Amino acid sequence: MISFLLSRAVQAIATMLMVTLIAFVLFRYVGDPVNQMVGIETSLADRAKLREDLGLNDPMPVQYARFLVRAARFDFGTSYQQKESVAVLIGARLPATLELSLISVVFAIAAGVPLGVLAGLHPRSLAARAFMALSLLGVSLPTFLIGILLIFVFSVHLGWLPSFGRGQTVQIGGWSTGLLTASGWRSIILPAITLGLFQMTLIMRLVRAEIMEVLRTDYIKFARARGLPDRIVHFGHALRNTLIPVITVTGLQIGSIIAFSIITETVFQWPGMGLLFLQAVQNADVPVMAAYLMLIAALFVTINLAVDLLYMAVDPRIRIGRAAA
Amino acid sequence: MTRVTRALDSDLMYSFRRTPGAMIAAALSCALILGAVLAPVIAPHDPFDPSGLSILDNFLPPAWDAAGDPRFLLGTEDQGRDLLSAMLYGLRVSLAVGFASVIFALILGVTLGLIAGYAGGWADNLIMRAADIQMTFPAILIALLLAGIFRGTAAHGASGAGPLALLVFSIGLSFWVQYARTVRGSVLIEANREYVLAARLIGISAPAILIRHILPNVMGPVLVIATINLALAIIIEATLSFLGVGVPPGSPSLGTLIRVGNDYLFSGEWWITLFPGAVLGVLALSVNLFGDWLRDALNPRLG
Repeated sequence: MISFLLSRAVQAIATMLMVTLIAFVLFRYVGDPVNQMVGIETSLADRAKLREDLGLNDPMPVQYARFLVRAARFDFGTSYQQKESVAVLIGARLPATLELSLISVVFAIAAGVPLGVLAGLHPRSLAARAFMALSLLGVSLPTFLIGILLIFVFSVHLGWLPSFGRGQTVQIGGWSTGLLTASGWRSIILPAITLGLFQMTLIMRLVRAEIMEVLRTDYIKFARARGLPDRIVHFGHALRNTLIPVITVTGLQIGSIIAFSIITETVFQWPGMGLLFLQAVQNADVPVMAAYLMLIAALFVTINLAVDLLYMAVDPRIRIGRAAA
Repeated sequence: MTRVTRALDSDLMYSFRRTPGAMIAAALSCALILGAVLAPVIAPHDPFDPSGLSILDNFLPPAWDAAGDPRFLLGTEDQGRDLLSAMLYGLRVSLAVGFASVIFALILGVTLGLIAGYAGGWADNLIMRAADIQMTFPAILIALLLAGIFRGTAAHGASGAGPLALLVFSIGLSFWVQYARTVRGSVLIEANREYVLAARLIGISAPAILIRHILPNVMGPVLVIATINLALAIIIEATLSFLGVGVPPGSPSLGTLIRVGNDYLFSGEWWITLFPGAVLGVLALSVNLFGDWLRDALNPRLG
């Protein structure tokens, strides 16, 4: 068990070291940081002094170590493009991305679980087949195309919902939220559906498969034999046992949702971190790119580690199996 | 040997004929690939010939619209190019990038998988740990970050084959892991078979054993993965191009066309986005369905 824990921790640390190394190489060797900071009329002597002050003449391992220490303190330098601290820029965009991701996950679960139950209980019904066919479409079509289609139907054609931005936001402390205004809610509907659709189909297929599996087990037969009504058998016994894999998969998907928000945020011009990253790419704004890279990597590593630890807590086979190996 | 392949073929053909979905998907995929290959022959206009373009023809709706022009069946885009021709050429770029990325990923992954499986030891450890790390992130995110970094660091507005090669590299690098894992697993089994021991005994070198004897026996699942990956590669290319970090605008792919058209969605010129979008959707769906069928038919274990 300790060896399992250790190997996972080592892997997580190795991943982070590799990603921070890439970010460091980007940050340090792509474009000259000094040239980005000074104007064209700065003298060579001043440039050399600035170079020395910034520690750019130190040996590379020293510079990398300094970079790591700064990154751990959320000091990612100054954006070339916007001349502002990268941490402040990302901090300002964080609420938009997190709210969008949260509503997407809620949508994916709220729509995916009932549809999956329906399709699992009556696999041959017309509705179940229609939803399965639609879900195949949802898995095959690229996210941005789904977003464009939704915009075309609901914004351009019907004019019901806005197609870009967050609507009105309310500032609470350092957090700007769109979830307290009507226009904020109207604005989040289309992007959240676009972002959550893939996860919704995933959850729906998973719940369907699990329900069909569980309905064949003995304890369901016994429950029926005891004369329990269908409603209690289906929801109290069958659904409850399908929820553990659903929770795991959803948890694992949270990282993907936040990463995929790059695409959705671009389609809907949603002012989140993904859009910030893409604009940084288009402007070769290296500090922002490096910071986003590390942030996303840290997120994925944390989620994976948490899931591994949870598995270990839940499933004794992992503990015993690994200890014996 | 020919008998064995013939038997396999007929099994495969039997399953194929029994699956209407696979037949439709294969027909659609073939039609689209044929259209892309024959684009210079069947396209009504040459979208890259500046002398054939007239800016006065821009934003013409499809021919069946009252304002349409019979010369342009599906209308024109912002620069007056015939949309149908631009789409055929775009399909060419999309498919070319898709195929090239898959081939690149296949060669890289199979090579690393062969080495990891046959050499074992630290090489195996290094390659498989790198694979583990990469598996932590979704393929599209890796491709996006790589393409973004290349785009952000390379000279802006570079044209020619450079950006395309970097794009293929980014997409290919994002899914070599699957090949490496599959091949490594098969090699571990094959390496202890008698024919490999016999080959080693008569002094054939390790690279020759790997390429001439083991490789043919592990290629089946690899080809199935490649088919499924083709749809994914096409989707990733389209997504990157849509985000502006993919194919440069000089040689638009389907994703680039959708990106351009998206700017005009609100001013009523829906056809510039929706037609390339529909082609992309049909292409991704049909290649996906065909790959799914191939996987089930060839190797149910891969599930």
